[in-house]
Amino acid sequence: MTRVQKAKRLGASGAHIATVLAFTLFTAFPFYWMLITTFKQTSDLMKRENNPFLLNQPPTLEHLRVLFYDTLYGRWLWNTAWVGVIVVVITLLLAVPAGYALARLTGRWGEQLGIGIFLTYLVPPTLLFIPLSRVIADLGLQDSLWSLVLVYPSFTIPFCTWLLMGFFKAIPPDLEEAAMIDGCSRLGAFVKIVIPISVAGILTVVIFTFTLVTQEFVYALTFITTASQYTVSVGVPTFLVHGDVYFWGSLMAGCFIASVPIAILYNFFVDRFIAGFTVGAVK
Amino acid sequence: MEARAPAVRVAADARGSRLGHILDSEKWLGWLMIGPAILYIVLLVGFPFFLALYYSVSDITIGSRSSNFVGLKNFAGIIGTAAFKTSLKNTFIFALVSQVVVLVLAKVLALLLQKDFRGKWVVRFLILLPWVAPISLGTIGWLWILDSIYSVINWTLQAMGLISPDNWPMWLGIPHLAMGSVITVHVWRLLPLATVILLAGLSSIPQDIHDAAAVDGAGFWRHLFQITVPLLLPIMTVAVLFGAVFTFTDMIVIYVLTRGGPYDTTQVLASLAFFTGIQGGDLAEGAAIALFLFPLLLAAAVVFLRIARRAEVT
Repeated sequence: MTRVQKAKRLGASGAHIATVLAFTLFTAFPFYWMLITTFKQTSDLMKRENNPFLLNQPPTLEHLRVLFYDTLYGRWLWNTAWVGVIVVVITLLLAVPAGYALARLTGRWGEQLGIGIFLTYLVPPTLLFIPLSRVIADLGLQDSLWSLVLVYPSFTIPFCTWLLMGFFKAIPPDLEEAAMIDGCSRLGAFVKIVIPISVAGILTVVIFTFTLVTQEFVYALTFITTASQYTVSVGVPTFLVHGDVYFWGSLMAGCFIASVPIAILYNFFVDRFIAGFTVGAVK
Repeated sequence: MEARAPAVRVAADARGSRLGHILDSEKWLGWLMIGPAILYIVLLVGFPFFLALYYSVSDITIGSRSSNFVGLKNFAGIIGTAAFKTSLKNTFIFALVSQVVVLVLAKVLALLLQKDFRGKWVVRFLILLPWVAPISLGTIGWLWILDSIYSVINWTLQAMGLISPDNWPMWLGIPHLAMGSVITVHVWRLLPLATVILLAGLSSIPQDIHDAAAVDGAGFWRHLFQITVPLLLPIMTVAVLFGAVFTFTDMIVIYVLTRGGPYDTTQVLASLAFFTGIQGGDLAEGAAIALFLFPLLLAAAVVFLRIARRAEVT
């Protein structure tokens, strides 16, 4: 390789790195900003002359103390986890059998039905929250976390059924057929053979359902007005942001704590998730 | 109640006898397994949808006990208002502009990430962050970045000597800047999903095709527009489809950043429906506004069905 070629290649890889870095800066900057704001003293934050990229005064834990002791943040985290776990259970109970039936049992109808179920995932909360707010009020569930438990599976079930259908289709039918020749019923084969080897798929569904619950905003904003019943994604923007006084330190701490751990967990499963989105278009 | 159905089924299985017979029939078993899921979806998606249709032609409010049929009065009423016209226009501007920008950036980013390099998994994690973190919380991060007094963007611009200390732009307070800010946040939010979808598409193109094109002497641009883009077309449609549905129907970014302000200049249909129907208490009018999103979703569904069908044939 000549020196010119070498320089050219070095330049190309330098440009590659620089562009990748620019993109990363754009996507990750708000989270870096949350993190550094969390540990800055208020007097530092409220001084326009200070370089905002640095800690101009020693770091403080005051904002975290305020967040956990003087606001309902801890309660909102707990509410979110509680709703998340129950919605995961409901989703699994309904979507696992449905996904299996679509993959194996309903035959010609299965494909159409599967696409039909997936399409309901495209029906947004924005279209349904107004009638649902009345339904929830008539059921007496207003201001209760149970309203969210009832409504959230309506968007987790369609997507998870679709995902699971893909997983079950990838399992060779011979396995169940062998078990059925040995005297297992179809249901027995499903419970004893298919479910144990689908643990990875089921775990994926658990993670997605949970993250969908933590992200949901419109329904929680509509159904709940009591501060102690909020979930994190609604409690922080509606209750910590009030009037013109912003407690930026605590606010950013609240955002950071609730987003990054979920993001890390999600990151391990994202490829399967994308596979669900692109079924049909990639083959 | 539906949630308990599978447990009941297992119990029935143990009892054997006649029920066991039904469970042996695959057709019945199939419907039993899928029935509860369909019932849930019909009750909580189908039923409210028809309720929305009914509300839009009634005079129901949050407080009212009864409601009357009023025909198309709600639609006639809202179409004329300035707030509705702005919202309709904004919904399209936000969705279209952000989709075009996202598609171009995602394409570039996907091509960049296709190469292997050290620390790629960290980069991938950081790029995925806006998608996996709750949108409302990520948007609050932007609220602080775009703050009227302490904006870090303004500080940087001033440090670079581009603006003077006494006329820092109010990113969320001036109509055009506010629109730009909202679009930027939408782009930020949708870029990761579009990128990973396109990456999945890129990696599905067989290497032979690239090799053959290289042997035939195709240059970078020719390769891009005659090989990569046409082969990626179906999956790009999927990316656009999801992106369009998410931006058209989103109200979170608007709600957190501007609440539709200043003076409704960033209001969209979804947020207008919320402010009218829930905060204003006029369920009927809110439902009518939200229904304007439906034709669009129908179009998205049709496109998706066509893609799914084509994939089945090949």
